[in-house]
Amino acid sequence: MSAGPPAQTDRDDASGDRSSGNESTATPVRYEEVSKRYPGADHDAVHRLSLEVPAGEICVLVGPSGCGKTTAMRMVNRTVEMTSGEIFIGDRSVRQGDAAELRREIGYVIQQIGLFPHRTIAENIGTVPSLLGWKQAEIEQRVEKLLELIGLDPEFGDRYPSQLSGGQQQRVGVARALAVDPPVMLMDEPFGAIDPINRSRLQNEFLRLQAELGKTVLFVTHDVDEAIKMGDRIAVLRKGGEVAQFATPTELLMEPADDFVEDFVGADRALKRLALMRVKDASLWKAPICLAGDPTGPVRSDLAGAEVPHALLVDSGRRPLGWLSERDLAAPQVPSRPDTPADPLIDADSILRDGLATLLQSGSQYAPVVDGNGRLGGVLSVEIVADFLSSGEAAESELAAVDRPHE
Amino acid sequence: MSDPLAGPGWLLGAAAPSDFFRDRSDGGCIQENKLFCPDWAIDNIDRYTDPTLQHLVLVFSAVAAGFLIAFGLAVLAHRHRALSSPFLAATGVLYTIPSIAFFFLLLPITGRGALTAIIALTAFTLQIIFRNITTGLRNVPPEVTEAARGVGLTPKQILWRVEIPLAMPEIIAGLRVATVSTVALATLAVFANGGGLGAEIVSGSNITFKTGIIIAGSIAILMAITFDALLLLTGRLLAPWKRVEA
Repeated sequence: MSAGPPAQTDRDDASGDRSSGNESTATPVRYEEVSKRYPGADHDAVHRLSLEVPAGEICVLVGPSGCGKTTAMRMVNRTVEMTSGEIFIGDRSVRQGDAAELRREIGYVIQQIGLFPHRTIAENIGTVPSLLGWKQAEIEQRVEKLLELIGLDPEFGDRYPSQLSGGQQQRVGVARALAVDPPVMLMDEPFGAIDPINRSRLQNEFLRLQAELGKTVLFVTHDVDEAIKMGDRIAVLRKGGEVAQFATPTELLMEPADDFVEDFVGADRALKRLALMRVKDASLWKAPICLAGDPTGPVRSDLAGAEVPHALLVDSGRRPLGWLSERDLAAPQVPSRPDTPADPLIDADSILRDGLATLLQSGSQYAPVVDGNGRLGGVLSVEIVADFLSSGEAAESELAAVDRPHE
Repeated sequence: MSDPLAGPGWLLGAAAPSDFFRDRSDGGCIQENKLFCPDWAIDNIDRYTDPTLQHLVLVFSAVAAGFLIAFGLAVLAHRHRALSSPFLAATGVLYTIPSIAFFFLLLPITGRGALTAIIALTAFTLQIIFRNITTGLRNVPPEVTEAARGVGLTPKQILWRVEIPLAMPEIIAGLRVATVSTVALATLAVFANGGGLGAEIVSGSNITFKTGIIIAGSIAILMAITFDALLLLTGRLLAPWKRVEA
């Protein structure tokens, strides 16, 4: 919450919370039969698009170039005016009222960033607040908050855009879009011009921000991997601006609606699915576990019917200490120093793709999966991943459960 | 010393007023018409005050009027691209009309005097300033105006808060060229009976009196340099972001 003095303004409820942000409630965005035909064109750039983006979700519009994804997005803030149809933000049609005023209530981030080169970073971030007539002190407070949010030192506020790196500029672009805490954000290939390493970092940062802010985001990209990573829902558009499929990333990968989507998603879509699942959500195997000093007899009999044919030695906090060999188990009691170390350990929160990579790199068949406290959660094997990839219908229902964990 | 500004004075060979050499106190220097007679200069420096002030008024009025008109035209042409070429052609024609010819064209309408001179000088500046303003506006990166529009600036706000400030370095550059050339050209105002330093150059020309030409010419050069430096400084103040870009 705001640490500053209460703002004495005649504006309503929101004014006191301005500098603290993330107070606005997200709003759904609904396209109803929206078409756009550019003057002189012989067919629609976007054709009768109907789409509902639930509040607080990231909806990615993805498709080959010329599919109308950017046009579709830009009709929301009327930087492109629709030819027919209706777009609602909440209950309000975007056609109501003045376009410039509408745009001030919608965050907007573009690939080329478009910071104002003649304005300092602070002035850039404060653009919309100042258009809306906020008091200088309020603006300064908000700018400071946003710089913190995007992880830039406050001293950056006095610099000019040309003094920042591309990645920093894009962060400022996002901060400018978030300045008045708009419920809806439009992002047009926002990370498209950033090098791959920084792009991945910015994507993660934005996902973290989004987890905190819960905006309704329309995100345009031509990159399927980015769409799968960023989207809660993905609308795949084909030429002519028609929706080929509107689905969660999982559905898209599991069940592409037609050849076009399948083609667009790519031949390696099976592998892409590995990015969708956390290790902890896979059907991990169980290994017999024991503590140092336990009698080995029961452990040997556990091994007979176990999924993992090796026993794991753990400490009293269930932290894996090592694998027990035949020789270890030949003794009457479980030794405190087993022959084989427990490495590698796999973080339960990592995605399945990274878990598999760790496993393959170490050359071992099994790896204990541990939570943040190092406690054993199960064992990952190459076979689990192979099963996951090869299972058709079964995996689908399983994945559906992953998408809706609380049902 | 050759002063290009003084050129037309010789060409036209205007006659000196009869009382011009009345202050001959130095004997030799003036009679021999040496390059520069310091004694005469010291004794007669006052006679340059009024022409200098007149010259300042000529330059300032012409550049200010030229700027206002060119600015209006440039903004119009920026909004309606189709106007750009006709405006450029029209100002181009005005630019190429020799100033003296322009004076004579205007004589029947505005008569002899400073106004005629200012009109001709203004017409001369239009092309330079117009071209620079339109170039400046055109060079604003499209993503910047796109972002400005996207975050909710109105077209008017985009013009005044984004495009014009960003075009400022080019606008100032145009003003510098226009001002310096106008300082030089304003010496011709004398042919429209418009006063200015040209009066001193011409009346001193008689092709013989070098000291007078040198003094008037030097004042004009000094004036041009000063204006140029002031505009340069203004440009720096108006475009602080440019200083960090290097």
